[in-house]
Amino acid sequence: MEKIEFDYSKYDFKNSTAKYKILFNEGLSEEVVKRISKLKNEPEWMTEFRVNAYKFFVKRPVPEWGADLSKINFENITYFARATDKKTNNWDDLPEDIRDTYNKLGIPEAEKKSLSGVEVMYESEVVYNSVKKELEEIGVIFCDTDTAIKQYPELVKKYFGKVISPNDNKFAALNSAVWSGGSFIYIPKGVKVPMPLQAYFRINAANMGQFERTLIIADEGADVTYVEGCTAPVYSKDSLHAAVVEVIAHKNAHVKYITVQNWSSDVYNLVTKRAFAYENAFVEWIDANMGSKVTEKYPSVYLMEPGAKSNVLSVALANKGQHQDTGTKAVHLAPNTSSVIRSKSICLNGGRTTYRGLVKVKKGATDVKSSTRCDALIFDDFSRTDTYPYMEIDEEESTISHEASVGKIGDEQLFYLESRGLSELEAINMIVLGFIAEFVEELPIEFAVEFNRLIKINMEGAVG
Amino acid sequence: MEQMDVRALEASVNGKKVLNGVDISIQRGKIHVLMGPNGSGKSTLANVIMGNPKYTVTAGLINFNGEDLLKLKVNERAKKGIFLAFQEPVEISGVNTMNFLVTAHTNLRGKDPELRKEITKKMNELNLPDSFLKRSLNEGFSGGEKKRFELLQVMLLKPKIAILDEIDSGMDIDSVRMLGEITKNLSKDTGFLMITHNDHILDYIKPDMVSIMKDGKIIKSGDYQLIEQIRKEGYKQLI
Repeated sequence: MEKIEFDYSKYDFKNSTAKYKILFNEGLSEEVVKRISKLKNEPEWMTEFRVNAYKFFVKRPVPEWGADLSKINFENITYFARATDKKTNNWDDLPEDIRDTYNKLGIPEAEKKSLSGVEVMYESEVVYNSVKKELEEIGVIFCDTDTAIKQYPELVKKYFGKVISPNDNKFAALNSAVWSGGSFIYIPKGVKVPMPLQAYFRINAANMGQFERTLIIADEGADVTYVEGCTAPVYSKDSLHAAVVEVIAHKNAHVKYITVQNWSSDVYNLVTKRAFAYENAFVEWIDANMGSKVTEKYPSVYLMEPGAKSNVLSVALANKGQHQDTGTKAVHLAPNTSSVIRSKSICLNGGRTTYRGLVKVKKGATDVKSSTRCDALIFDDFSRTDTYPYMEIDEEESTISHEASVGKIGDEQLFYLESRGLSELEAINMIVLGFIAEFVEELPIEFAVEFNRLIKINMEGAVG
Repeated sequence: MEQMDVRALEASVNGKKVLNGVDISIQRGKIHVLMGPNGSGKSTLANVIMGNPKYTVTAGLINFNGEDLLKLKVNERAKKGIFLAFQEPVEISGVNTMNFLVTAHTNLRGKDPELRKEITKKMNELNLPDSFLKRSLNEGFSGGEKKRFELLQVMLLKPKIAILDEIDSGMDIDSVRMLGEITKNLSKDTGFLMITHNDHILDYIKPDMVSIMKDGKIIKSGDYQLIEQIRKEGYKQLI
C-alpha cells in the first residue's frame, strides 16, 4: 500500500481569529427570521416562505423514531453569522484569516487541479466563488443560492421548496426558515458538464448552526456531477447542521451527487435530501458519513415518470460516541422505474450505525425493479448495527429484493495479512478499504485519496 | 547455517491441548517434509509457528537463528523471513490482488520498481492469468489457483523459512510437478517445511528430512529412507 504523508491537524483545528460582523445568537423567533431575510435583501416571497416555515418548525415535534435528539438546545444556536461583508471571486481579496483557513484545507491547490468551479462556504455565507468561463459559456449556472435569488429570481422561485416542502419535517422547516448559503446549479437542456462541480463546506464557529440550502436543476437531457465535502474543527459545545438539498432531474437528465461528510464529533447532522426523477432520468446519490455526534440522513429519490432510475450508494462510519442513522428512500410512482440501493456501514469503539430505508411502490406502478443490499462491518462487542428496511409495495407486478449481511472483522483475514508483513493497523485499513472499495470507485480521484485518508484516521483507534 | 528450532512446543485452542511437545528443526536451504494422519496437528504447528492468535502456546520454544520467535508479533515474524502458505487462504472482498502483492513485498522486501514485471513473469510460470491481479484477494479463485497464488508469494517474497501447508492438495498432476520443480529451485536459498498428505510431490523432490506427526507430537524422524518405508508399509506400521 502506498504510504501517504498526511497532515492530521488539517481535520482538527479551528480558526479562532475569525471575525463576525453580524451575529444572531439570541435564539429564534419570527422577528429574527424576518431580520435575516431583510439583512439579505430578499424578495417578499422569500420572507413569507421563511416566516411560514418558522411556524411549521415551532409546531413540529422533534422526531423520536431515530437517534437521540433530545439534547439539542434550539436556544443555544447561532442562526446567522456573517464573517465578512463582501463576496468575492478573487482569492486575494479574502480576509487573511479566512484565506489561512482555506489554505490549510488546500482549496487553491484543489482549484488548480482544474476543478470546474470552487464555491467555498465560510460560516453561513459563501464568500468565495469562482466559476470557470467555459461553464458560463455553455449556460451552466453555478453560484451560491443567495446570489441565485437576486440574479435568477424566476428560476429559483419556480423550483425552491418544491421537492422538499417547508413542512416536510422539523429540520427541513428550520432550514427553510433560516437558511443561508448552499449551491444553486442549473444545467440547460442537453448540456453535459464535462467535469464534476465541486464545493467545500466548513463550520468554524463554536455552537454554530449551518443551514445551507442547495438546489440543482438538470433540464432535459442534461448531465452533471456535483461533489460536496465537509470537514469540521472540534468544538466544546453541541453544534447543529440542518441542510436541505433539492434535486430535479428532468426527462433524460442524469444527476450524480457525491457527498463526503466528516463532521467533528459534537455536530448534529440532520439533513433532508431529495430528488425528483422524471421520464427516463437517472439520479445517483453517492453519500459518505463519518464523524458527527448524530447523523440522520436519508437521501431519497421520487421516481415520478416511466423509465426513471435511481442509484444510492452510501457509506457510514460510526466511531466512539457517534450514531449514524442513515439510509435512503426509493419511491416508485410510475411504471418501469428502477432503484438500486447499496449501503455499507462500519462501527467501532462503541459507535452505532442504523440503516433505515424505505422502498415504496405505488399502485399502478407496474414492472418496478428495486434491489437493496446492506452490509455492515462491526469491530467489537461494544458497537452496534441495526437494519430497518421498510417496504410498502402496493403493486404486485414488481421485483423487489433485499439482502443484508453483518460481519465482524475477520481474525483469519487479519492473520493472513499480518503474515505478509502488514501491521495490525495496516491490515485493518486494507480490509476496511476493501469493504468500501465499490464506493471509493465512484469518487473523483483526488476525492478518493482524501476519503481513504479520512477512513484511515478513523481506524487509528481500532487497534487493541 | 540459519535454522529454526521448535522445542517441546505445547499449544492449546479453546482450552484443548493440540500440540503435545513438538520437536522439529528446519534449516535454510533444506526441505523437511512433515506427514501424518488427519488431525495430528500438522496445520496447527504451521499456524503456531507463524503466530496465529487463535492458539495459545503453553510451553516450549521456537527459536530462529537464536532469537525467540514467540515474543514477536505475526508481522515481525514475517519480517524475520518466516512465511506460511495457507492451506485455505482467506478471501478478502474489495482488496485488490495487485495492491496486496505490492504492499506485502514493500513490507517484507522493500520497494522494487521492477516488481510488476516480476509478478507478471512469475504468474506466467505458474500458469496464472494476468486478470487475477485485478480481482479481489483470493475471491473467485479455484482451489488449485489459490494454492498456486500462495506459491507465487513464496517466489516473490523469498522467505528464509517457508511452511507449505498442504499446498499440493487440490493441485492437478501438472501443477504438482511444477510445484516440485519450483520448490527444488527455491530450496537453494529457502528452507521448506512441507506438510503433505500424499506422496505425489515426493516424485519430484527429494527431501533432506522427513518427520511423522501424530497426536500433536513428532513420533518419527529420518531421511528420505523413511518415505520409502512408508511407501512400502504404510503409516500404520509406524504409528
